[in-house]
Amino acid sequence: MSLSAKDKKTVKTFWAKISSNGETIGADALSRMLVVYPQTKTYFSHWKDLSPGSAPVKKHGATVMAGVADAVAKIDDLTSGLLSLSELHAFTLRVDPSNFKILSHSILVVLAIMFPTDFTPEVHVAMDKFLAAVARALSEKYR
Amino acid sequence: MVEWTEQERSIITSIFSNLDYEDVGPKALSRCLIVYPWTQRYFASFGNLYNADAIKTNPNIQAHGTRVLHGLDRAVKNMDNIKSTYAELSVLHSEKLHVDPDNFKLLADCLTIVIAAKMGSGFTPEMQATFQKFLAVVVSALGRQYH
Repeated sequence: MSLSAKDKKTVKTFWAKISSNGETIGADALSRMLVVYPQTKTYFSHWKDLSPGSAPVKKHGATVMAGVADAVAKIDDLTSGLLSLSELHAFTLRVDPSNFKILSHSILVVLAIMFPTDFTPEVHVAMDKFLAAVARALSEKYR
Repeated sequence: MVEWTEQERSIITSIFSNLDYEDVGPKALSRCLIVYPWTQRYFASFGNLYNADAIKTNPNIQAHGTRVLHGLDRAVKNMDNIKSTYAELSVLHSEKLHVDPDNFKLLADCLTIVIAAKMGSGFTPEMQATFQKFLAVVVSALGRQYH
């Protein structure tokens, strides 16, 4: 299920529309993930406040979406483009890869909420494939 | 036995009472067929599914999407008995329709996204958690009679 030229174009076009909202998207997606999938909180036991919209959640949401923005720019070669992020996730963070799907779903829900007319089924499938490709690139170094 | 708080019950009834089944059902089903094209395997007799526009305007898909939402309504009205409410439907999906039960989750995810688009920021993280819990129970009940 690799990204076709059409997928890449759809992702880039949609991203151009929404990227200025990156921080808000990230904060809402992360907030939702922590509430809807409480098991994900296990990765953030070092945070004082895990409630939706809290300072550490907002900050980390922005960090994650900056990573997604980087991935959009490197969409033609995610594996080498995201190499250092992949090493980070494999050796330091060691986030179980099942959580990439969970966060991807949370991001898609936020996109549907914030951009109901633009987030058509066609954009949805391209973004879902893209986020899955990013997840694959991030799990490259796991074993 | 699934436990529901009063708040969860009221969230579910409130979400469904504000839904136009004839709008949301077709939207969710057509989105599922577009985002997860392999699910089209179950709809070979429905006519033209060649591209996203064909899927979105296919009258059989629209009718079926509405039917699915009305089916969900039975779970809303029987939240304490979803497993037994869906026992027959589970047998149907297994023995007659031969649907891979993993597909139920795909449709559930698309329905969540359609509802999120409709409700906007009113679809709070808490409402999303309750809605997804409800759909997870439905999905589990539909897969229960497979053997």
